Amino acid sequence: MTRELWKGNEAIAEAAVRAGLEAYFGYPITPQTEILEYLSRRMPEMGRAFVQAESELGAINMVYGAACAGVRVMSTSSSPGVSLMMEGLSYIAGTEVPAVLVNVMRGGPGLGNIAPSQADYNQAVHGGGHGDYHNIVLAPASVQEAIDLTVLSFDLAEKYRTICMVILDGCVGQMMEPAKMPEMRPMQRGNWDWATDGRMGKRERRVLTSIYLDPIEEEKTNLRLLSRWKTIQREEVRYKEYFLDDAEFVIIGFGTAGRVALSAVRQARQKGIKVGLLRPITVSPFPFDVVERLVGRVSGFLVTEMNSGQMLDDVRLAVKGRAPVEFYGRMGGVVPFTEELLHEIERISSGKLSVETNPRDAWLERMAQV
Amino acid sequence: MTTPNTLVYERPEGFTDTPTHYCPGCTHGVAHRLIAEVLEEMDLIDKTIGVAPVGCSVFAYNYFDTDFVEAPHGRAPAMATGIKRVLPDRIVFTYQGDGDLASIGMGEIVHAAARGENLTVIFINNANFGMTGGQMAPTTLPGMKTTSSPNGRDVETQGFPIRVAEMLSTLDGVGYCVRRSLHDPKNIRLAKKAIRMAFETQVRGLGFSMVELLSTCPTNWGMTPVESLKFVEQHMVPAYPLGDYKVAAGVAQIKI
Repeated sequence: MTRELWKGNEAIAEAAVRAGLEAYFGYPITPQTEILEYLSRRMPEMGRAFVQAESELGAINMVYGAACAGVRVMSTSSSPGVSLMMEGLSYIAGTEVPAVLVNVMRGGPGLGNIAPSQADYNQAVHGGGHGDYHNIVLAPASVQEAIDLTVLSFDLAEKYRTICMVILDGCVGQMMEPAKMPEMRPMQRGNWDWATDGRMGKRERRVLTSIYLDPIEEEKTNLRLLSRWKTIQREEVRYKEYFLDDAEFVIIGFGTAGRVALSAVRQARQKGIKVGLLRPITVSPFPFDVVERLVGRVSGFLVTEMNSGQMLDDVRLAVKGRAPVEFYGRMGGVVPFTEELLHEIERISSGKLSVETNPRDAWLERMAQV
Repeated sequence: MTTPNTLVYERPEGFTDTPTHYCPGCTHGVAHRLIAEVLEEMDLIDKTIGVAPVGCSVFAYNYFDTDFVEAPHGRAPAMATGIKRVLPDRIVFTYQGDGDLASIGMGEIVHAAARGENLTVIFINNANFGMTGGQMAPTTLPGMKTTSSPNGRDVETQGFPIRVAEMLSTLDGVGYCVRRSLHDPKNIRLAKKAIRMAFETQVRGLGFSMVELLSTCPTNWGMTPVESLKFVEQHMVPAYPLGDYKVAAGVAQIKI
C-alpha cells in the first residue's frame, strides 16, 4: 500500500479499524475528537459497534462490557476525559480483560488548554486508577508510528489480558504526515476461555469480576498481575536509538519531545558534538536496562519532556546517581523549539556536569532567568 | 394413610446451588427467584449475561446460572450497553439498587434508556443504601430515619425522593417501564409478570425495559420482616404508586 497524507487522529481511527476493532465508545474532547467523528462514520459502514457515550464514565464502562464479551474494543480521549476514565481502567485491570485507550494529551491540570502536552505520563505510567496495577503505555512520535502502535496495542492487550494505552500529544494527533496504512485484517474474535459471551449450550457459566472479598484471594490476584507485569517488562520493552554508538552524552525523550530532540541532535552532530538520542516507545515498561547499559559508557544524560520531569524520575531511577542527569522541559502546552534543545546540548557539552545537581531544580533556576 | 410426595416448589434452573448471603426477610431473594423463573420459562438461561451492581446484590453473580459480570458502582447500564452492542442476539440484564441506579448511576441509566438500548433493568427500591449500612438514598422517604439522616430525611436540606419509573417513562427509547412491589403474594405474582414482560420486550428488540420493585430492608430499617412488608404497603406504595408508566404500542400487543 502506498503512502497517503493522514492526520494523526484519523490515522489512529483507521489503523484501529484495520486491526479488527469491533466496538468503539467515546465522547467528544479536543484535541482527539476527530477519532470519534471518523469512527462515527466508519464503524457503522463496516457493520461494527459505535456509541457516542453520555460521558467518559459511560464510554469506559461500555469498553469494559465489550472487553468482557471478548471483542477488540477501544476508547479515545484527552487528558480531562482520561481522568474520568480512571475508575473504569482500574476495574478493567482488576478484571484482567484486554482494552485499548488512546490519550491525546493536552495542557493541564484542570481544564488546562488544548495545546500539546505530555503531562499525563505519571497518570498513564505510574498509576491513575486505584489499586495495584500497571498499563502497557506506547508513545508514538509520528503519524506512522501512531498507526503502527495502535495496531500493536490490540495485540499486546489481548496477549496479556491487560490495558494498553497509546499516549500522544495533541501535536501528533493534529498534524498531517505521509504514512502507510496496514492491510485490513479480518475481524476475528479470539476463542477466549474467559469471555462472558453467553453459555450458548457449550459450557459452564463464566463470571468476570474485580471483587475478591477474601484478602488472600485479592493478594493472589495482585501477585498474578505483578507476575504478568514482570513478563511484560522482560518481553515487551521497545525503544529507538539514534547516534548512540559513539555518543558522549545522551538525550532521552519520548513522543514529540523526542522528535524535536532528534532534530537538535542532528544539528549538534553537524557541529561535531557527539550526542545521541534514546526515544522510549514503551514508556511503560520503561527501558531501564537500556539506560543501565549506557551508564558508564556516557558522561551524562539530558532528559527532555513536555512536562515538569515525570519520566525524569524513571531515568534517575535507572541511573542511580552514577552519572549526571540534566533536564529540560516545557509545560502548559508549549512545544520546545529545536534551537532550545540545541542550546541545551551545547551548554551540556561545554560545561562541567555533576551528579550532585538536582536536574529539576537546576532547570527551574535556568527557566527563571529566561 | 400416606399420600404420594409431589414436588411443588424447587430451585429454578436459572439458579446455582448456592445459599444467598442476604439478610433474613430481605426481598432480594424473591426478586432473584422471579428473574430465574422467568429466564427458565423463556428458555433464556443459556444466552443471558447479567450485570451485577455495587450494593447488597454485588454478589448476584453467585446465584444465577448464567454468565455474569460485575460493574463499577452505577455503571451497569453502560457496561450492559457495551455487551449488548457487540452481542445483540444475547439477553443482557442489569440488577441495580437505588443507590447504584438512582444516585451515582443516574447518568448511565438515563442515557441507556434514552438510547433505547435493548436491555432489561431490574431496579430494587428499598429506600436506602443497604450494603454500607443503611444510609439515605435518593429514594428515602421524607422524614425517614437513616444512618445519614438520623433525624429523618429533611427535604429542605436533603432533597426530595426520585421517582425513577415515572422519570424514565418520559423517554422515547423506553419500551416498557413499570413499578411493582414485593410485599405480598399477589404483588409478587404481578412483579413476576412484569419481569416476564420486560424480558419479552428485549427479546423482541422493542427498546429499553425496566421493572422497579419496591423492596424491604428489615436490617437497616430496624424492623422485623413482617413489619417491613407492612412498611412497604403502608408507606412506600403511597409514595411510589404501583403501575405501568410506559408500555409502548408494540409491547402492549405481547401475549404471554
